[in-house]
Formats: sequence, structure tokens, C-alpha cells
Amino acid sequence: MLTASGLTRSFRLPRRSVFGPAAVRHAVRDVSLALAPGERLGVVGESGSGKSTLLRLLLALDRPDAGEVVFRGRPVRPGGGLGWFRREVQMVPQDPFGSLDPRMRVGDSVREPLECLAVPGDHTAKVAELLASVGLDADAASRYPHQFSGGQRQRIAIARALGPEPAVLLADEPFSALDVVVRAQVLALVQDLVDRLGLALVLVSHDIGVVQQLCDRVLVLKDGVAVEAGATADVLRAPEHPYTRALLDAVPRLPEV
Amino acid sequence: MTLLAVRDLTVGIGGAVLVDGVSFTLDPGERLGLIGESGSGKSLTALAVLGLLPAGATVTGSITLDGRELVGLGDRRLSALRGRKLAMVFQEPRTALNPLMRVGRQVAEPLHHHGLLTRRAARTRAVDLLADVGLPDPAHTARAYPHQLSGGQLQRVGIAAALACGPALLLADEPTTALDVTVQAEILALLDRLVDEHGTALVFITHDMAVLARVARRVLVLGKGKVLEEGELDSVLRAPGHEYTRTLLTAARAASFRREA
Amino acid sequence: MTVLLSVLRRPAGAFGLIWIGLLAVAAIVSTFWTPFDPLRTDPGKAWLLPFTDGHVLGTDRIGHDQFSQLLVGARETMVVAVCAALVAAVVGLLLGLLAALGPGWVSGPAVGLIDVLIAFPTLLLAMVLAAVYGSSLGTVVVAIGTGFGVAVARVARAEIASVRGSDYVLAARVGGAGTARIIRRHVLPNIAPTLIVQLSLVMALAVLVEAALTYLGYGSSPSSPSWGGMLHEQQAHIAARPLLVIWPGLAVALTVLAFNLLGDALREATDPRLAR
Repeated sequence: MLTASGLTRSFRLPRRSVFGPAAVRHAVRDVSLALAPGERLGVVGESGSGKSTLLRLLLALDRPDAGEVVFRGRPVRPGGGLGWFRREVQMVPQDPFGSLDPRMRVGDSVREPLECLAVPGDHTAKVAELLASVGLDADAASRYPHQFSGGQRQRIAIARALGPEPAVLLADEPFSALDVVVRAQVLALVQDLVDRLGLALVLVSHDIGVVQQLCDRVLVLKDGVAVEAGATADVLRAPEHPYTRALLDAVPRLPEV
Repeated sequence: MTLLAVRDLTVGIGGAVLVDGVSFTLDPGERLGLIGESGSGKSLTALAVLGLLPAGATVTGSITLDGRELVGLGDRRLSALRGRKLAMVFQEPRTALNPLMRVGRQVAEPLHHHGLLTRRAARTRAVDLLADVGLPDPAHTARAYPHQLSGGQLQRVGIAAALACGPALLLADEPTTALDVTVQAEILALLDRLVDEHGTALVFITHDMAVLARVARRVLVLGKGKVLEEGELDSVLRAPGHEYTRTLLTAARAASFRREA
Repeated sequence: MTVLLSVLRRPAGAFGLIWIGLLAVAAIVSTFWTPFDPLRTDPGKAWLLPFTDGHVLGTDRIGHDQFSQLLVGARETMVVAVCAALVAAVVGLLLGLLAALGPGWVSGPAVGLIDVLIAFPTLLLAMVLAAVYGSSLGTVVVAIGTGFGVAVARVARAEIASVRGSDYVLAARVGGAGTARIIRRHVLPNIAPTLIVQLSLVMALAVLVEAALTYLGYGSSPSSPSWGGMLHEQQAHIAARPLLVIWPGLAVALTVLAFNLLGDALREATDPRLAR
């Protein structure tokens, strides 16, 4: 359904001196992936691995130097006329404190994609329904983001993403800014929604526990290159690449008692 | 012989009681983990011990270090103790270091400031300390500015600076939250080793029980400013006594990675 | 309405709003009524002290009623302040948006233009314009408006760039919002507080610069009384009659203060995070 082939994106770094050569950093190098309907893919990597750049490329928010994103057989390119793509592919951003406009009522934030993407139906009723589906009261719509906790804001961001009834959800570290208890609650919510709505999911995370719980397949990124890919259970049981092994060994675990 | 004794510590800011009657003791070389969510009062407790509470905070109760009362001690006396007897490692290594000062100097500063070493000897010692926290090419790294180092390297510098004067007590406030998992594992191992070698007592603050389990032996569970549970790590994990601890453990288990999967 | 009430609830905001309101009323009333004709000279009533023969603030060397002159002067002050702020808002927003959001070939020159114009003193710009096009209220407004508008543009550019890089704009783009909608719904509301403070500062500075220009003889025609003109006329007698300089000076100072306080109060009153 959603495929990416040979995605490459590099950024020019500031020159060290006036006469020095312009340094180039490859954020993502020749990454390919394919997502079937209802499939859940975890993209694992640490900071600087290029996972956020990859997500921006998949969302057509950034133009790749090489490679292509294709959705249901149609190429996706940044620029105008992407309404058809946005209706099907939505995003849950990382930072629940930065992803909602502080001067906009929560209801208006959730309503925005409904209006922009011309989603049919009564938008006011739809907003109330969306907020209810993520476990928030209807009066949340008339309040401002600063009146909510981090977990509640993340629920609002999820409600906004679900508005256009997408087929694919791309999530960028959606739980990393939350406390353990709240993280478990939001995780359970996402799992339930994805199950119930049959969504395909691309989850970018450094948290292997979360990926293990939510994803069927996993892609390990290191320095912009996919070093390992496969079924989550296989990769976690028998990691092939040394980096994957190091990553798994590093995860802090509760001692068994 | 008790190193640190906190008795009935209460901290209020603007009418709200944020730390409410917290008591605990710490022996020399002991490692205690303070766990709780944001708003549980864990960071304020540490700041109270350091005498670094925000202006306008009211403190009652008692905090003694080596039998010496810290509550109500003047700022000059406290800053003579800070860095020398007790030190802190912060959550954000990037903001905890001065961006305009070479890192070697930031490590050397407390040594010279407390009159332990001459400026030159402090500079040499700083390079040794940077080597001790596992930084490659310490003589070269000492001349780097913070923006030239990675987050993990900066946290190593922060630890070197904290341990420079050989404090009896080290407080670490979520020192690995801002770091990647592999770097977090390295930093935790480093703390574990250094605290052992120096015989430093450790108060480790975190919201993550799995991280706590790597460095602490005893745990204090805080919620809404109160101590909810205290005990040896093993027994708390095996038989949590408080409802909140159980929630915390269930949540941590639900989201944590299991190897046998 | 709620914003006005919220401003009035803050002491500083209440002072600013009431003083500016009084000035506006004075400016309007002075168009059809003043206690005396502000331009009437009467050698028999020169150098009167305040509260003599109905002259509330006294008269000057040739018998001008000072209170009437102040009322009429408020008109010019208000017109210059409001119009200069409007010009500055248009210049600042347009340049700021182009510099922050435009494609490379637009934003580069826009940034350059801001940097060059900012190096040009506003007072000098006004004097040059007055020398070329003759001194009139229009040149004063245009000079002050563009001069300070560039400063507004620089601040606006930084603010717009930070809003553009925010996660909520990213989320809006994924939600299908186009550039126009992002500017209208996200950029403008979020830079409004900064803009309000900047524009209130422009109004305050406009009052000062207008007074300075008139004082230097580059302002509007001397036949229409203004606060700067009053200062210009009375300066020769400052030692003998200090009160005559104090009235217009105080009017300028209080108005500058009022615009600043009103700007701060408006910024706080329009922030949902500070709402009560």
C-alpha cells in the first residue's frame, strides 16, 4: 500500500572555514520499505539515525534527493494537491507540548484537518465523537492546550490524526515524552484504536519495548542506513547485526523476581 | 554512622505543599533510588538537600549531612559544601554546562575554587578525571567547548565535574532521560563503577524502575510529595506494599522489552 | 469586549487605556470646540498664570491659551501615532512574512532590505523626506511608519520563523492546511502578542519623533498647534516661564508611557495561557 524505494536525503552542514569544503551529512541513505494494509512497522534507531527524516520523507513534508514514495500506486511528491494522500496517511507527532497551537481551542485543532481535507459530515459532531474515542470529555473542545496534561494532549493529537479516517498512521516517538504510567495508558489506547480501525502503522521509536508490543515488523536504522529488517519476534530473538544486538542489550529491564 | 538524614522535610511554594513530610537516611557509600512521576516531589527533595530551591520556597524539617544541619544554613556556608561534600548530576547535560567555557576548565573550576589545588594542578587533575569517565583523548577533549561534544560525552563531563572534589554524596536527577538507550546503558555502568570506586553515596532520581534497578539497592517511592513506600529494591519488586507502586510496576512491565519473546 | 475589561482590570493597563481614551476624546472635541481659539493672540493677556481669566493652564508670550493648544495638539499626535502604527504594521508584516516564508530568491533580498533600512536613522529619514517632499503630516507618517516598520519586520521575521518550525505547523500541514491558512490560523495569532507590543512601542516612538520633528521645524505647518511646536516656541523662555514647557512635555511623556503600558496589558489580555 505504502512503499518507499531508495530514499536518500542529505543536508549540507555549515562550512568549517570560508575555504573549506562544504560538509554533507547523509541523514537517510537508500532506505526502502513496504507497508501492507493493517501492517505495523517499527522503525528503531537512536538520535541521528535518520528516523525522523525518514518519517518526514514518508509524509511528503520533505523532498528526497533520490528515491520515491508511492501510495496505492500513485507517486507522492511534496507540494500542492496532496489532499488524497493526507486523507489516507496521518501523523501523531512526538512532543505533546509543541504539537498543538497554544492559541487555538482544542476543538479547532481537531477540526482543522476535517475542514482542510473536506471530510464529509457534521464537523462539530465529528470532533465530539473523536474526542470521546480517545477518552476525553466533550467540553475539552472549548478549552486550550495548556489546560491539559501531557497524556491528554497526546490523546488530542491522536484524535486529530484519526479525523480524516486514514488508512495509515505515522507516529514519531509518540510516547517518549510521557511518564511511565501515562505512557502505558496511551500505549493501550493506540493499540486498541489500531486494532479496532485496522490501521497500518509506522512507529518511529527508540523504545524497543513499545515496538515489541505494537509492531509486526521492525526496521533498524543506524546512521541513515537500514542495517536490519524483519519480523519483530525474529529480530528481537536473534538479532543479526551487531548494532541491533548492542541496542537490545542496552535496554534497561526490570529484574525478574 | 549515618551520612545523610532527612527528617520530616516539607517544601512549600506559593501556598502549595509540594514535598510533604519526607524522611529517609543514607549511610556512606549507600545507593538510594527516589522514584515517582512528575509532580511527585522527587526533584524538589534533591534540590532541598543541595539548598538550591527556587526563591520563595519555604522549607521545614531537618536535613543533616555528617551530623551538620543544612536547613537554614546560609548560602555561603552551603556553597562551601556544594561540590565538595555533595554534588549533583543534572538531567540536561547541555544546559548544565556553560556553553562559553572549555569543558576542562569546568571540571577544574571546583577543585581550584574550594582551594584544594592550584590552578595548574587543577587543570592536570581535570584531564585525569576526564580520562576516568572514559572520554577518548582527554587532553584534547578538555579543550573542547560543550557544543563540540555529544550528549553522552557531555554527561560524562558532568559526572567528572561532580566527582572532582571527591564528594561524600552524589545526587543524580534523571541523568539519562535525555540520552539514547545505548548511551544510557554506558552512563549507568559508569556511575555504577565510579560510585563504587570512590565510595560515594548516591541518591538517584528517576521515573523508570528499570533504570533505577541498575544502580540503586534501596528504593523510596514518592507520590504527591509523600513517601508511599520504602524498602530494599528486591522486596519492593517482589511484593510492592503500596497501590501506587503496583501501578508503577505494572506500567513499567507493560511497556518494557522482554527478551524471551 | 472581554479583552477591554481584562485590560481595565490591570492598573497599568487601565491607566494606559484611560489616558489614550481621554486623548482621543480631546482630539475629537477639539475639532469643533476649545475653551478659546487656540490661534487667537491677545497681547493684553500674555504670560497669564494658570487659572486666571478662565485660562486653565495659562497663556504664553502672545496670549495663546495653552489648554486649547494642547487639545488641538492631541489631534495631530493621535493621527500620527495611529497612522504611523498602521504603516509600520503593513511594512513590518509584509517584509517579515516575505523574509521568513518566501522562497530563497525573495527572502534573501527581503532580509537584506531590512538590514540596510534598519541602519538608517528614522529621524534622518523623516528629515530627508521632508526636505524633498516638503514637510507635511503625510511625510511624517510615512517616514515614521517605514522607519519603525523595518524594526517591526526584523522582530516579526524571527517570530514567524519560530512558528513555522513548530510542531503544530507541521501537524497542520499533515492535516492538509495550505500556506495561506497556516499564516491566517497559526502564524498571525501566535505572533500577535509580539506585534502588539512592537506596535505600541511604535506609537510611543511616533509621538516622540513627531514632537522632535516639529520642534526641529520639519513637522506639519506651524499654523496648526502641536505639542512639538509648543515646545519649540516656549524653549526660549524656559528659565522665566518653566510651566509653559512642562505642559506639552508632560503630555508627550504621559502619552508615550500610556502607549507602552497599554501594549503590555493588551499582550497579557489576549494570551489564553494568562486568562483568568
